[in-house]
Amino acid sequence: MIYNLPFLTVVALIAIGMYAMLFKKNLIKIAIGLTIVESGVNLFLITLGYREGGIAPIFTNLPPGMSPEEIPEKMVLPVPQALTLTSIVIGVAVLALILSLAIRIYRHYGTLNAEEVRRLKE
Amino acid sequence: MNLMEHLPALIIAIPLITAFLTPLVDRASKKARNVLVFISLLITFILVVLLVQRVFDKGIITYVMGASNPTETIPKQAAVPIRIVLEIDGLSAFMLLISIFISFIGLIYSFAHIKEGGGRFYTLFLLMVVGMIGMELTGDLFNLFVFLEILSISSAALIAFEFKRATTIEAGIKYIIISSISALFVLFAVGLFYGEYDLLNMAAIANEIGGALSHIDKIALILLFSAFAMKAGIAPMHMWMPDAYGEAPGAISMVLIATTQASLYALLRVCFTIYNEALHVVFPIALILLGLASIFIGVTMALLQDDIKRLIAYAAVAEVGYIVLAIGAGLYGFLGGGDKFASLEMWKVALKGGIFHIFNDVLDIGLLFLVAGGIIYVTKERSLNKLGGLAHSMKYSSILFLIGLAAVAGLPPMNGFASKIIIYESIYGVSPILSIVAILASIVMLAIFVKIFHAIFTGPKLAEHGEVPKYMLASMIVLAGLIIFFGLFPDIVLKNLVNPAVNALMEYGKYISAVMG
Amino acid sequence: MIESVEIYWNPLVWLIAFIVIAIVAYIIRAFGKKEHKKGEQAKPFLSGVEEPSKEAVHVRGGNVYWGFVEALKGYYGAMKKMHSGRVNDYVAWFVVIASILFVVLFALEAIL
Repeated sequence: MIYNLPFLTVVALIAIGMYAMLFKKNLIKIAIGLTIVESGVNLFLITLGYREGGIAPIFTNLPPGMSPEEIPEKMVLPVPQALTLTSIVIGVAVLALILSLAIRIYRHYGTLNAEEVRRLKE
Repeated sequence: MNLMEHLPALIIAIPLITAFLTPLVDRASKKARNVLVFISLLITFILVVLLVQRVFDKGIITYVMGASNPTETIPKQAAVPIRIVLEIDGLSAFMLLISIFISFIGLIYSFAHIKEGGGRFYTLFLLMVVGMIGMELTGDLFNLFVFLEILSISSAALIAFEFKRATTIEAGIKYIIISSISALFVLFAVGLFYGEYDLLNMAAIANEIGGALSHIDKIALILLFSAFAMKAGIAPMHMWMPDAYGEAPGAISMVLIATTQASLYALLRVCFTIYNEALHVVFPIALILLGLASIFIGVTMALLQDDIKRLIAYAAVAEVGYIVLAIGAGLYGFLGGGDKFASLEMWKVALKGGIFHIFNDVLDIGLLFLVAGGIIYVTKERSLNKLGGLAHSMKYSSILFLIGLAAVAGLPPMNGFASKIIIYESIYGVSPILSIVAILASIVMLAIFVKIFHAIFTGPKLAEHGEVPKYMLASMIVLAGLIIFFGLFPDIVLKNLVNPAVNALMEYGKYISAVMG
Repeated sequence: MIESVEIYWNPLVWLIAFIVIAIVAYIIRAFGKKEHKKGEQAKPFLSGVEEPSKEAVHVRGGNVYWGFVEALKGYYGAMKKMHSGRVNDYVAWFVVIASILFVVLFALEAIL
């Protein structure tokens, strides 16, 4: 059960984020919802990488009393961490773009309410 | 070092490096910047043509980053090979050729209307090309996500490029929000695959999925399907499309069509390659229904519009509907649905029609967007209620626009007719109703373009205007020439480009074995 | 030229049809009265009212198909409601499609 906790958190995060994206009208809050979904996905990726008793895949920094021969069995594959890092970097870029566009929206429309930021419709 | 071996990597690297050189060169000289961007894209174009030639000669090409073959692992004892593999088959080659060609035409066009902020514009433009091409080159799901995000970010910034107009910003923020949410669900699906199989390579995942689907496979399929369907602009997830296409500056509207089709390509990859015969029959039916909805909503909503570009954008929604309808019918037959349909092998024809229409859609709607962009550039006016009588001063543009709208409406002898007749006749096997709706929608499409042509070009001369700039005219003429040429000789495209693409879709085994050995 | 299982199309056929139609149209046109005069006869007759200038009576693009839209008011009302322009709705449609697929796929499994 305790091992499922991260996955439950992932589901909760994505649900909260989607709730914000679907029902919140403020564009900043929508951006926050997007980041919460993103954190959920990132947490999911990083949880996948967890192995009980695994060690970091760094050859020069092995725990004491461990020889390089028995490595591959104990070492975790660093792929999920790499994926998460990439995803975080992309997330920062997306968030920066959304916020900078939101600033311009505010200058033009005088509001950040999604109900009013809809000159493009029909 | 054999340069030909490294073509796939070079095709990504050259525009990527040039993209970051552009702002530096821009500081020195505007002209040098234009020349640099032009040359880099020209080289990429040539390399793509060489690569496509190679794919058609030798079959599927795989390119492994950092190793000599895809299955090699470091350290040797590890079981899982994880690395970026670029894999190019007939379908990727077809899409690559379209993307780079449209980007090239778009670049030439943009020389005419980009006056200030060119350094930013061309950086983003090249990044968009990189994202689009990367999506079509890669054989790795996570890499696909990365290129999808590069594409989304750069296109969103380009849509909002004319930031003095409020509506462009609105379109940009809407586009980036829906793009990033769909990309996040793609990433979630990638995570599901990684958790289940410890794999990221599309061919390897397809190999593991085999016959039956587990629950995780199904969830991943639903997420990938809806996310890519949203990015491809299939109704009812098309609402961002009129906003983005309608507000983007001149040439970008056209290149955005090619980027949408890169997402459509990803959808095809998921359906035909990763899941192939294990795909549930619900999905082709969903594609057919959503395709019909796209056609119907696209044409009827286009009738309402008063903004010239927004009207064409709704027509683009309908065109995507035709592609999706035909591909859905093809997929239906591929999975063994529709008895009469399968026995006649009409589903292969439907698939052919759909793939061919991808090519025609980008040419036809692209030409209309270019002419519309030229009109907006010359008159500074977007509303159909204020334009009128432009045929007096813009003779060439009006003729080119007429060619484009005849092609979109599917009138012979334009290329739009060549692919639409294949679609009409082949989807008749699934249900005659599909053909009827498709043909009726085509007629309404003609009615829409009667409206737009009447509003812009006919009537008395209302104001004095010149012809569009030379660069714009040149790129429009190239597209119009191709539209007529491929309308008269559709067999050239069908035999040389579409057939290999359709075969690549059906022979998913080859795609898998190219990586798995 | 397209030739596959059951589909055949040749632009040449279309060209011949075009020429035939053009000839027929020319023949019909040839029946027209020879004594037609330009100028006086070409003007529209508006019960003696002076004809307004062409610029003033030009039908703008927004007015075309007004009747069509008016007749399908119910449909277009629903469509306008659907295309609300709210970014939340854009995301909502994605969720709707995904959940329909989810229900169909997993419900089918349970039924069969």
